[in-house]
Parts: sequence; structure tokens; C-alpha cells
Amino acid sequence: MDLFLLILLVFMIIGSVIAIETKNLLSSVISVGVVGFSLSIMFLMLGAPDIAITQMVVEILILVILIRATITTDNTAIERHADTFSVISSLIFFGLFLIFAFLAVHELRPFGEPLMRVSKTYLATSAEKTGATNVVTGILLDFRAYDTIGEATVLFTSVVGAFVILRRRGRKHKRESDTEKVGILEDADIKKDFKGF
Amino acid sequence: MHDIEKEIRESKSGMTMIVKTIVRFAMGIIILFGAYIVLYGHLTPGGGFAGGVILACGYIILTLAFGKDIALRKLSDQGASIMDNSGALAFIVIGLLGYTGGYFFLNFIDHGKRFELFSGGIIPLCNIAIALKVTASLFAIFIALAIFGKFISGLVEEEE
Repeated sequence: MDLFLLILLVFMIIGSVIAIETKNLLSSVISVGVVGFSLSIMFLMLGAPDIAITQMVVEILILVILIRATITTDNTAIERHADTFSVISSLIFFGLFLIFAFLAVHELRPFGEPLMRVSKTYLATSAEKTGATNVVTGILLDFRAYDTIGEATVLFTSVVGAFVILRRRGRKHKRESDTEKVGILEDADIKKDFKGF
Repeated sequence: MHDIEKEIRESKSGMTMIVKTIVRFAMGIIILFGAYIVLYGHLTPGGGFAGGVILACGYIILTLAFGKDIALRKLSDQGASIMDNSGALAFIVIGLLGYTGGYFFLNFIDHGKRFELFSGGIIPLCNIAIALKVTASLFAIFIALAIFGKFISGLVEEEE
């Protein structure tokens, strides 16, 4: 079990490295999909079918959207500048990350034995308090419904943003102030102005 | 109905005949599976978000296979935005109705018997509201990126 998880993890790391390094945008998107589907299998094996379903479905949706988006827009290969400053700074930050990760991992509890102070109560009383036999849904929509409202708000905001930025054409209201600012004069205005001369 | 069938058969937009035929068979199954995931969210793994994404995937497959004209007739961008807003409103109204018994998001409906479809109080209703919201908003994002975005990239000239 642990060995299989390790193999999947290595597979995911290889997939993400390929996704960054490859020049072709389409194969990069497919490598991102590899990472997501391996993650979904891992969730399934660790006993979280709810998250596995969500991860798999969202991954499919994201793949479709990304492929559609990368095909319709210009494929531009980003040119790489081997800059000494960027290499040195990324090395420094990677070293810092390693130090802090080393310190933080020592503080973590061992794999598979999480600290469950609040969630013990949820697990014990979810079925009788909420009436839902799926504990995850019981927590999401009863104990933690506020968080779900936050998630719904995030989705709503993203839709509003996508529609505002990508809508077919801007709304044009002709106002008098606009014509004055730009200096566009109607024929009647020009005649009126020239009457004075 | 007959006119739409004829139009779908004759329209050149979208993918080939093979894809269209298979999508016509698979579409019902996808929608049914999404509805199952939503409605049984409080009993089995799944829930409003996962089921909503499956339903949105169904509409996206329709868009990819048949082209945007026929898909937007099934669920237009206006319709998607109305569905999105009504889902969000329904969710908040269910939460506010909890004040009849005391506090926000109180599970005020009778919980019923365990392992039954009509159990869990407000949880199935919340699942349906979230599914409406997620379906409409993800489909709307897809419309915005795939159809509106074309006009921005300049590869496709403006139609109107």
C-alpha cells in the first residue's frame, strides 16, 4: 500500500516536471492531467471517495477547458533566459524551503495518525445530529455550512469575473460627456460652431 | 421537436457524425449519473459540488459535439446566469430559514429515518441548490472561455 503510494507520488512528480519543462502546450496540459488523476487514485486508496470523485470530475473539466483554451489561443513557446541572478535566487529560495520543510516535518504527527480533537466529535455525533449517513456531507452542509457558503461565493465571483472580462463586446453607452472628451462633433454641432464666424 | 432533430442532423457545426451519435446516447446517462450523485449526496459519496460538475460536463460535451448554437439553445448564457443566481439565493434562503429555530443554517426540518432518501433535513435541499449553482457557473465559465474568448484572441473574426 505504502509502496504503491510512493510509486504514484514519484509518477506525479515526474508528470509535473514534464508539465513545466515541455515546450508544447498541449502535452503540458496532458501532464497536468496525469498529476490530477494520480492524486484522485491516491485519495481513493486513502479512503476518501468523496474527494476522489470531486478531484476526478474537476480534473476532467479542467482538462477540457485548458485544451479548448490552449488550442484557440496562440501557441507561444516561452523562451528561456539562463540568467545567473534567477538561478542563484531560485537556489537560495529552494535551500530556505528545504530548511523550513525539514523543521516542519519534524513537528508533524506520523502518517496516518492525525490529531483529531474536533473531528472526533463530528465523527461520533454526525449521524444522529444531522441525519445524513454520509459524514462528509453532514460536516460540509451542517456543521461547516459557513465554509460552503464561502466556496459558493468564490465560484460566483469567478463567474462574474469571467463574464466581465471575456464578454463578447463592451457595452457602449453614448454619452454627451464622451463626445465632448474625445472631441467628436456631430454635423449639427459643427454647423452651430461655424455660425459664429 | 422535429425541426430541432432535423436541424441537428443537417448542421455542419461541431464534430463528426460518430461523435454526435455517441454523445446523444451518453448524454442521458451522464445527466442521470449527475442527478444521482446530487440526490444521494447525503447517503453515499458525492454531493452537490461533484454532481454539479458532472452535470456541467454533460453540457460541455454537448457544446463540443454539436457546436455552440445547439448547446446555447439548451442552456443559454442568460439561462445559466439565472440558474446560477437562483441556486445561490436558494442556498442562502435555506440558511436564513434556520433563524425560525434559532441560528443560521439550523437543520430545522425533521431528520427522518437514517439511510432513507428523504432524510437529513436541509442537507438534500442544500445539495440541490449547490448543484444548480455549480452546474450553471462552470458551464458559464466554459462559455466565457471557449466561445467569448475566441473573439478576443482574434483568430476568429467577429460574426455579427
